[in-house]
Amino acid sequence: MSTLHFVALAPFIMAIFVPFLYHKFRHIHTGWFILPIPLLLFIYLIQYLPLGGAAMETVERSVPWVPSLNIHFTVFLDGLSLLFALLITGIGTLVVLYSIYYIANKKEEPLNNFYVYLMMFMGAMLGVVLSDNLIVIYVFWELTSLASSLLIAYWFHKEKSRYGAQKSMLITVTGGFAMLAGFTLLYMMTGTFSIREIISYGDVIVSSPLFLPAMILILLGAFTKSAQFPFHIWLPDAMEAPTPVSAYLHSATMVKAGIYLVARFTPVFGGQPEWFWIITSFGLFTLLWGSVSAVRQKDLKGILAFSTISQLGLIMSLLGLGSAAFHYEVVDGQSLYTVAVLAAVLHLINHATFKGSLFMVVGIIDHETGTRDIRKLGGLMTIMPITFTISLIGVASMAGLPPFNGFLSKEMFFTGTLNSATLDVFNVQTIGFIFPIVAWIASIFTFVYCMIMLFRTFTGNHQPEKLEKEAHEAPMGMLISPIVLASLVIVFGFFPNLLAYTIIAPTMQSILPGLLEPGEQFYVNVYHWHGLNTELFMTMGVVFFGAMIFLNARKWQETAFYLKERDPLNWFYDNGLVGLIKGSTAVNNVQMTGKLRDYFSFMFIFLVVVTGYMLWQRDAIAIDFANTAEISPYMYLISLSLILSTLVVPFLSKRISAIIVVGVIGFLVALLFVVFRAPDLALTQLLVETVMVVLFLLVFYHLPELRKESFKPAFKISNLIISIGVGLVVTLTALSAHAFSAANPISPISDYFVENAYALAGGNNIVNVILVDFRGLDTLLEVLVLGIVGLAVVVLIKFKSQKGEDV
Amino acid sequence: MEILMILTVGVLVTVATYMILTKSLLRVILGVVLLSHGAHLLFLTMANLKQGSPPLLGEEASSYADPLPQALILTAIVIGFGITAFMLVLAYRTYKAHGTDNFDELRGTEDE
Amino acid sequence: MRNTPVQLHVITRIVAFIILAFSVFLFFAGHNNPGGGFIGGLMSASALVLLYLSFDLKTIKRVIPFNYAKVIASGLLLAILTGIVGMFFGFPFLTQFFDYFPLPILGETELTTALPFDLGIYLVVVGFTLLVILTVAEDDN
Repeated sequence: MSTLHFVALAPFIMAIFVPFLYHKFRHIHTGWFILPIPLLLFIYLIQYLPLGGAAMETVERSVPWVPSLNIHFTVFLDGLSLLFALLITGIGTLVVLYSIYYIANKKEEPLNNFYVYLMMFMGAMLGVVLSDNLIVIYVFWELTSLASSLLIAYWFHKEKSRYGAQKSMLITVTGGFAMLAGFTLLYMMTGTFSIREIISYGDVIVSSPLFLPAMILILLGAFTKSAQFPFHIWLPDAMEAPTPVSAYLHSATMVKAGIYLVARFTPVFGGQPEWFWIITSFGLFTLLWGSVSAVRQKDLKGILAFSTISQLGLIMSLLGLGSAAFHYEVVDGQSLYTVAVLAAVLHLINHATFKGSLFMVVGIIDHETGTRDIRKLGGLMTIMPITFTISLIGVASMAGLPPFNGFLSKEMFFTGTLNSATLDVFNVQTIGFIFPIVAWIASIFTFVYCMIMLFRTFTGNHQPEKLEKEAHEAPMGMLISPIVLASLVIVFGFFPNLLAYTIIAPTMQSILPGLLEPGEQFYVNVYHWHGLNTELFMTMGVVFFGAMIFLNARKWQETAFYLKERDPLNWFYDNGLVGLIKGSTAVNNVQMTGKLRDYFSFMFIFLVVVTGYMLWQRDAIAIDFANTAEISPYMYLISLSLILSTLVVPFLSKRISAIIVVGVIGFLVALLFVVFRAPDLALTQLLVETVMVVLFLLVFYHLPELRKESFKPAFKISNLIISIGVGLVVTLTALSAHAFSAANPISPISDYFVENAYALAGGNNIVNVILVDFRGLDTLLEVLVLGIVGLAVVVLIKFKSQKGEDV
Repeated sequence: MEILMILTVGVLVTVATYMILTKSLLRVILGVVLLSHGAHLLFLTMANLKQGSPPLLGEEASSYADPLPQALILTAIVIGFGITAFMLVLAYRTYKAHGTDNFDELRGTEDE
Repeated sequence: MRNTPVQLHVITRIVAFIILAFSVFLFFAGHNNPGGGFIGGLMSASALVLLYLSFDLKTIKRVIPFNYAKVIASGLLLAILTGIVGMFFGFPFLTQFFDYFPLPILGETELTTALPFDLGIYLVVVGFTLLVILTVAEDDN
């Protein structure tokens, strides 16, 4: 275990202590105990940042977990992991601080649950970004889904919270499962679960027929997590979570896990046309869909949710475009397409800052006014000046206006799409010109919803009669976190190159390895003024057309487009879920009849069909007359009497005769054991039979006389057919197995016991030695079963319910 | 010998299955008992019925019957004994509580 | 019972104790000859069942005042403890040991930890059989 392992596990360890702290120090807000954890982790991780233009050193520490399956908990820290780890712990610190003021320490708020889930999420997320082993990543990945849906359902008494939690769980876990399948395919191709080793097998993967399925399955995981179209529908419903959670999980970190996965796998799949087209097109479409849908929202958090979806699409499409970089020579640490990756990384950071602050602001507005509905809000500018200032910064950055950091990455995004239009690989030149157009249209809508958010909330008439509370400025503690984030927006806006060689270049290095000579670094220089180029004109167009649309809002807000705010794709989810439940109920009703006979029939028929089919299909039926032991004449007698007495049993109508005949069968079996040289078995069988007869008689004394079976003839015949089928299949299987083993003799494993019984266990009775020594645990568990049965019998008979009814 | 035994086992299994599919609690229990007899014999048969001496080293024979299946069957017999006893008591309680041993009448309520 | 079957009682008294003695023999013989915990246990149980059958419940309860649930528990405990002993010396759970010791009267004798383990099995089997039969029988009354 290294310190880095501890980084991922520390939040989990903390989670264990949370309930104790909560109950022990009831008067102190539990958040204060949590706060040091992400802060310390953040400070610890910062020291890995390379300073003074040196290249980042990667760190690797390994702990075996399931060595026999090649699964090791390997922590690998490179630029990409470090970027995400810093985001998780940094934003995590601010979110915890914010939550202390947002969720009051009241009796009805189960703070201990909240912080346990939050710690679980933080640890899982750190685990995802720090691990190198695919299986470990998968485990942590699903833990983030779990923690996320628990957090969404934090106020579980609300119907909508439960709906949102279930939806996010179903969609992300389905994706995670697909991802696991993809990982397994990768393992089949390369024989390793380590990502870095998989990267070195790039050629094997690309030439394998499993390449495309593996890629699509992994992308399914990434797209569901990162809310890409058409899986984005869970994110708006996830807004039912407390706002700190939305700020943390659903904008800054968890939804970016999909981005992380795509970035992580770019070295494996990047440079392939399928990868390029799927990611770019889904990303751009999500960008467009999200920004257009955001305009229709009336809930501030709804706007932010769709905005997050569209921004995630933006980052995703940039990663897709950037993957083309593998086809180009890198000159002076940059090429036409590394710009796209640079923009993706930069926007990732920017988005975390401005979206985090905006979510927190919306939380403040909700907290202080009691609503998030833009139709009820307005005129808050003078009432909440600090909040307004923060919002202004955040919104301007989101809209892509200078001098904030959003402008920088938005410009680069345009550059990236424009460059791609001239791409001469993957046949892009045919429809590549669509990329910048889509990007531009989506940016216009982005601008529109930014305006709606800002002006509908802070300008216009204040309507105190529509608000549940009297609006006033938030307490200082609540404002700290958004202020920190907003200052970062400005700092990164003015000094973007603070990030350049500390984190962006190392991250690009991990996304696009192998493009540079050893010792070289990607050239990163971000600045505002590029001259009067196409990108600047595009931004001007965005502002102009966006403002036009916003000013004419009165006209289009009457239309059905605006009035129906729910995403139409939800229809598929809701009806799909209903259909699934109906379908399984229908299947269930057919199958679960409540009759023992039916259940047994299903099992027997299944047995007959499956085994019979395999016997027939493999052509395995064989009888071997040669290799059999000799039959002594009395054997015929014993077998015959056994068969006859067995056949008689179903026809007996007196219970006493049935017991006796079954007893006789037991004794005959004991006799067979004697013949087959099994004295222990014979003794046991005899004694069991004796005791059993006593028990049978005791119990049967109370049971009613056997009645004639009142089955319909059809039933009777089907029973007969099933039982004959089962008997036949068992007989045939046994015969074929016997013939097979005669043809392919194997030395029995019991030779070991025969040879070692005396030497190792000091016993001459091999059967007994196996029971008490070699396989002692089996025997121990067996008598444990007897003990449990004994207790169950006592409970059944002695502990009847008070009213004399059976439970 | 093996073939004869396998046929015997087949008959045991067929009758056991038939008994299990009936409606009466009693018959089902008897069916399970028969089925376990069948399974034990099948197990013993599949381990080859070679006519060695019993697996007691004191016999000092040149070959022994296979001890491993015997140990397993011994375990199975005792477990089967326990399970049968449990089923019997269950049947007894069921009859005492509901006054019937017919499975069709023992179905749960509709809303279950 | 109104007419006590004297002959049955007399014979049962003798036979039951012969069976019990034989079951003890089977139990100890187990390691080298047919027998052992299961068989010894079942045979002891059937001797006791015979006693219960021929006398009435109350009489025997006075003579053998065991709580059979506790017999099962102590059997399980004994078996598990035997297994744990080896763990103190760094062996896996349920490792059995044996050696030969010169004992007075018996001479050179093999002592093995498998014996207490088998005794645990014996106790569970006896306890289980009688527990089930007696519980059902008592419910009749």
